[in-house]
Amino acid sequence: MQIRPILATLKHHKAGTLLIAMQIALTLAIVCNALFIIRQRVSHLSQPSGVDEANVLVVLNEWAGKPSPGEIASLMAADVDTLRRLPGVADAYASNTYPLSGGGIAFGIGHSPDKLKPVSTTAIYFADQDALPTLGLKLVAGRNFRADEIGQVDRHGDIQPGAIIVTRGLADRLFPDGSALGKTAYISRQPSTIVGIVERLQSPWVDSGMAEWADCSTLVPYRQLTAATRYVLRVRPGQLEDVRRHVRAALYAANRMRVISPKDGVRTFAEIRADAYKSDRGMAILMGVISVVLLAITAAGIVGLSSFWVGQRRKQIGVRRALGATRHDILGYFLTENLLISTVGVLVGSVLALGLNLWLMKQFELARIAPGYVVAGVVVLLLLGQGAVLAPALRASRVPPVEATRSV
Amino acid sequence: MLAYYLQLGLRSLRRNPVLTTLMVLAIGFGIASSMTTYAVFRAVSGNPLPSRSSQLFAPQIDIWGPQSRAQGVDLPDALSYTDATALMRARKARYQTAIYPVGHTAIPQDAGSEPFAVDGYATYADFFPMFDAPFIYGGGWDAGQDDARASVVVISSQLNQQLFAGADSVGRTVRLDDHDYRVIGVLADWNPRPRFYDLDNNNGFADPPGFFVPFTLAVDLQTETRGNNNCYGSTGRAPGWQGWLQSDCAWVSFWVELPDAAAVQAYRNFLQGYMAEQDRLGRFRWSPYYTLRDLTQWMDYEQVVPPETRISLLLSLGFLLVCLVNTVGLMLAKFMRRAGEIGVRRALGASRREIWAQFLAEAAIVGVVGGLVGVLFTGIGVLGIGLVFEPDIARLAHIDVSLVALTLACALVATLGAAFYPTWRAARVQPAWQLKSN
Repeated sequence: MQIRPILATLKHHKAGTLLIAMQIALTLAIVCNALFIIRQRVSHLSQPSGVDEANVLVVLNEWAGKPSPGEIASLMAADVDTLRRLPGVADAYASNTYPLSGGGIAFGIGHSPDKLKPVSTTAIYFADQDALPTLGLKLVAGRNFRADEIGQVDRHGDIQPGAIIVTRGLADRLFPDGSALGKTAYISRQPSTIVGIVERLQSPWVDSGMAEWADCSTLVPYRQLTAATRYVLRVRPGQLEDVRRHVRAALYAANRMRVISPKDGVRTFAEIRADAYKSDRGMAILMGVISVVLLAITAAGIVGLSSFWVGQRRKQIGVRRALGATRHDILGYFLTENLLISTVGVLVGSVLALGLNLWLMKQFELARIAPGYVVAGVVVLLLLGQGAVLAPALRASRVPPVEATRSV
Repeated sequence: MLAYYLQLGLRSLRRNPVLTTLMVLAIGFGIASSMTTYAVFRAVSGNPLPSRSSQLFAPQIDIWGPQSRAQGVDLPDALSYTDATALMRARKARYQTAIYPVGHTAIPQDAGSEPFAVDGYATYADFFPMFDAPFIYGGGWDAGQDDARASVVVISSQLNQQLFAGADSVGRTVRLDDHDYRVIGVLADWNPRPRFYDLDNNNGFADPPGFFVPFTLAVDLQTETRGNNNCYGSTGRAPGWQGWLQSDCAWVSFWVELPDAAAVQAYRNFLQGYMAEQDRLGRFRWSPYYTLRDLTQWMDYEQVVPPETRISLLLSLGFLLVCLVNTVGLMLAKFMRRAGEIGVRRALGASRREIWAQFLAEAAIVGVVGGLVGVLFTGIGVLGIGLVFEPDIARLAHIDVSLVALTLACALVATLGAAFYPTWRAARVQPAWQLKSN
């Protein structure tokens, strides 16, 4: 295939050529970055929480009438008892928060009691001996809390646990040599001994600002006696919906001086997850829609302009055919022409894509785009261009040689 | 003449229905995606209090010192209880108020109904005049009642509806948790968005708060904050409520109204002096550092507009740009195909200006139809916004007359802009050359 005559023809259509190349370049820049954002958001929202999500239910309870901490302690104990006796419930405990909830306590954790230079930030989960089995956490080293270790603390009481259970992510940060078990760390002025390590327990927050320590959680052996109590329930397989329907009524039957929202007071982990990652999912959907429509419009634009060019050159095509060019030659001509334009477009587009990424990185703290996305984008756009030009090029190849003799 | 050109334009557009549909759809999609994301952006970036925004300021005080910032800890966006009450006592601004979010359970009088949860704020008397809060019944409390820790409450119209069926409830009693309050005022439907006075604790777009109670009383009753409580280090904190109040934990929002530049300067001097005094007393051992941002600066600082909203808007604009480039290409092809026709018109005496008018009229038709399609798609987009953005934000975005007008105007301007180059080329067609070649 001769490239020179193609270049000569393109010189006559400078503006059109430039416009297609520009469109391809801009499309590449936007689609690459959109795909990259989608990939990041999807990997963010599919992070495992460490919880056996299919069988865990959370009840958000608030005590009415401001009971004292002492009263709350007995109310909580009575509730946990009620919940355990509910058909379908395998285990239950009370805490301040749960993964992906969006609210809770975070402390600095480190090697000195003043905590002015903590090693990491950690989410604090109030737990008792039933927390691990209820959440379905996997203990990879050490032991669970014992019932006699569990203390009680009100809102402003000192949280100074003698024993703590940490996630492997946090253990590795505190003791990079892997020797965390049995060592002490400071979340308060008093030393706490790491008695157990769980494989994973995500923090309550999914925001990008807290992503750095999302896998750094600490379980402390306390019951927190405050107005808001979260009950975490483990249900027997297949009974999630059943328990969910009855749990609110059962708690109200035991004691009415409480508020459990009829709307979202009882939540499955599927709902919790959907809620926590709503903006991630939304962003991925939006970027996906924009990418698809953008590619469609660019393809349509190429079809439109190529068809027009074919129509304009019918006579020349006829002449070439009359002079011995095969259908195949004509088809090849238009495909090559498109490939040349697209190549210029994707070259410029790759630079634009990287530039746009740099700019987004600066403005929105996005990560650096992996070169694979640009390569994938280039391949997609080249294929798209060839696909779009195929129909008009086939039409061109069917122009009969007799066209050369007809006037326009 | 314009009518005739429009007619010509219509006829020409009908001749290539596929190309025309393509152009209209490209404009429609491009405009609609930009307008949908703009509707969201507009909803979240609005000024909640335009008449006062340049007079309202939020101070930040460096209570944790340079060492904390070396550790990557920002200046706290709230004040400690100690500083907030000291600034309240000093009364150096025209209006000032400390604010913190609280939550209570409301216990209905009739034994049959269940208690329900309601959120509100603990604040000072100045809150209501300072933020232009409108009342339907009664009014706010006064500074004397702040000092007296009076058991009064201002309730929202929603809570008034829920508890008193919307009647004038001033003087009636509301039981929140274990305490009785006398209703002193009922607010009209009032929920500035974003909720600028509590940005350190919520995203700014939640439902309106149910009630307001005196800050002094709330602290007396040991009402916990429902917002953030940020502490640095572990020293200097005693257990218990009093220990917390005396700690350097930051949890109180603070706003002042400073009517003019002189007042702002005076308040800066006061903050500087206050910090220097604390330094002398041995509390801060570093040189005074504070910020005083006005409402719009504060909204920027707190990043009220989520990055998602900005990125979406930017990428949608990029999308529109591609659609326009696409339209330029298609129009160029379409116009240049009619070089012969243009040649004949020019030879028969039409001026370049008339060719311009003819082709811009044709483009205008595409722009208007594209705009109408854009309005349709924007409508669909706004309906589907809940799939993509936070529900609190999504329900704020709405389509109104100004958005429709803007959509049409943008479509028209963008299309005419895109038609500029193709039309310029069309007007430059040499009549002699065209006539000869045929």
